[in-house]
Amino acid sequence: MPPLTLTLFTNARLIDPEIGQIIDGGLLVEDGKITDILTQPVENPNTYGADSIIDCAGKYLAPGIIDIGVKVCEPGERHKESFRSAGAAAAAGGVTTIVTRPDTDPAIDNPETLEFVIRRAREAAPVHVLPMAALTKGRMGREMTEISFLLDAGAVAFTDCDHVVTDTKVFSRALTYARSLGALVIAHVQEPGLSKGACVTSGKFASLRGLPGVTPMAERMALDRDIALIEMTGARYHVDQITTARALPALARAKANGLDITAGTSVHHLTLNALDVADYRTFFKLKPPLRDEDDRVAVAEAVASGLIDIISSMHTPQDEESKRLPFEEAASGAVALETFLPAALRLVHADLIDLPHLWRAMSLNPAKRLGLPSGRLAAGAPADLVLFDADAPFVMDRTTLRSKSRNTPFDGQRMQGKVLATYVDGACVFEMGA
Amino acid sequence: MTFKHRHLLGIEPLAPSDITTLLDLADDYVTLNRTAKHSDTLAGLTQINMFFENSTRTQASFEIAGKRLGADVMNMAMQASSIKKGETLIDTAMTLNAMHPDLLVVRHPQSGAVDLLAQKVNCAVLNAGDGRHEHPTQALLDALTIRRAKGRLHRLSIAICGDIAHSRVARSNIMLLGKMENRIRLIAPPTLMPSGIEEFGVEVFDDMAKGLKDVDVVMMLRLQKERMDGGFIPSEREYYHRFGLDSEKLAHAKPDAIVMHPGPMNRGVEIDGTLADDINRSVIQEQVEMGVAVRMAAMDLLAQNLRAERAAA
Repeated sequence: MPPLTLTLFTNARLIDPEIGQIIDGGLLVEDGKITDILTQPVENPNTYGADSIIDCAGKYLAPGIIDIGVKVCEPGERHKESFRSAGAAAAAGGVTTIVTRPDTDPAIDNPETLEFVIRRAREAAPVHVLPMAALTKGRMGREMTEISFLLDAGAVAFTDCDHVVTDTKVFSRALTYARSLGALVIAHVQEPGLSKGACVTSGKFASLRGLPGVTPMAERMALDRDIALIEMTGARYHVDQITTARALPALARAKANGLDITAGTSVHHLTLNALDVADYRTFFKLKPPLRDEDDRVAVAEAVASGLIDIISSMHTPQDEESKRLPFEEAASGAVALETFLPAALRLVHADLIDLPHLWRAMSLNPAKRLGLPSGRLAAGAPADLVLFDADAPFVMDRTTLRSKSRNTPFDGQRMQGKVLATYVDGACVFEMGA
Repeated sequence: MTFKHRHLLGIEPLAPSDITTLLDLADDYVTLNRTAKHSDTLAGLTQINMFFENSTRTQASFEIAGKRLGADVMNMAMQASSIKKGETLIDTAMTLNAMHPDLLVVRHPQSGAVDLLAQKVNCAVLNAGDGRHEHPTQALLDALTIRRAKGRLHRLSIAICGDIAHSRVARSNIMLLGKMENRIRLIAPPTLMPSGIEEFGVEVFDDMAKGLKDVDVVMMLRLQKERMDGGFIPSEREYYHRFGLDSEKLAHAKPDAIVMHPGPMNRGVEIDGTLADDINRSVIQEQVEMGVAVRMAAMDLLAQNLRAERAAA
């Protein structure tokens, strides 16, 4: 056992998502855990007997981001993203916990593959990695996976990612079985008939570009189905991305009816809209597709009000070959671990949300949903922290990204917000300029 | 000369003056095509026709246009070539680019594919149709046909009828005729109407009698069976009954209204065969003739810009 170490963070603007306030003060961290919150500016740092003192210079110190739905391309496509590169990107982005997706090749649908993933993550990633497993074998929507074995092996949630389990009987059985084990099921909501073949949201822009579009109603239809099934089975359910205004009333009703449902959205859908595709820019091809501006604003407001609980990066690495194709043929998804924080801060700078509420969606709520002790500034919580400057401006240059794939839609864009340092269990895993 | 474009990728980037310049030059080429049938305007230039999608008419039209202007014309049947061996569009473009073509005529089944290709080559690219996006030379030849038949290309009431959802011809025509300040009426069953179309500054109808009322021009579209993945219309006979153009429906248009079709026609599906052949109403054969002239004009203008650019370099 290494000796206990005491670290004092002083001169910090603490973002406390639990009480919803920003406090000028400091933190005491002992042996990787937060032991005390100092709610007054620290006058005499030396009186605490700390082994090290970190002067935060008046910048924000917040619980590290917990990102549900990160794609790391191990096993199968390590050239797109490995645990090492994703871990480095997460650390640089202030993400202290990544919750990985099972939509790898092959899918993570059995305990043996899951154990491989956990071992690789432990070897290579400096941040916490919590894996999700597939809900059905091969994500084919036919047979449920060994949910109990996978839980024992460390799966924190079950999802077929962007594959919708279309067979309602299969899905209801999987939900019922998961319910009996207390397992969380995460689903993607796109009515598969309407969305088949579509690569943008239907409307004027889709028609102008001659691209096959899907009506935004496809999201609500699929959500309505899933809500009925949760009501029937009592399952613990999270919808990965709500991106349309039309889906929000259904979500609100389900919550009001006491169902065990939470909802997420992606940082891209909060900050970009369908017109950003412009001249067939494939880095803006996402799943679900980017929506109209009205939808973007409605979803951002739903995050601010708490109706939508969680913001994810939906980090999806794609190599150049997968993207340099005609729009319909190009792969979907964007990398986002390193741009997550400055992108999300656009909502703060646009006065759509304040920092403590943003941190509920990016840290506290995902921790609560997964039953983690992190995501808060409280005695006993792990010292998973991000120190950042919310205003520092920069122009995004995708060649600087640590991800192996650099398919970010923010390339060349002006952004604000830089991560200065990231701590995992009290240890510094990233420091700007270091 | 006001035509300042490197490529002809669509009607969207063109200004009304560009369109007028191009059509004026095309008028000259109509005369040439009826007399000498040859000039040396493109002598020394290489034109490659790359068709990733089957075409007989458009490819032949571009080929004749190039040959009449003295270009060295080569046709590549892309469906049978390296694309089948897994080569990407960009690699194909780079390979061709290394052979120093001057004019690249491209048709591709994917919307936006021609734009993508144009970013990677050093020559002038002409879009001969990309997915459901644009088919600029078709819209230009339609415009020339209308202008010659009606004596003007503005303040006309023009109906575009049929499978608008799957039609790049419709998109390019809506754009062009709108830029030239015409009144555009779209007529189709709602299943074949693109979403958000009413925001394009057009009037939308699902009834031929109402839509065709007092129009000057009737443009019919081909029912694109190959782009349909099921269930857009109940049957061809019901479609013909409601939306097929025959003399009875045409009677709602102005007495001197002309009938157009981009071809190839499905006789008895979207248009009555007798009407299509009626030389007093149908200008379908003129459209084909104008096609060659418009393509000559487009390649001439792009070649002038290309030569000027190279001389400046």
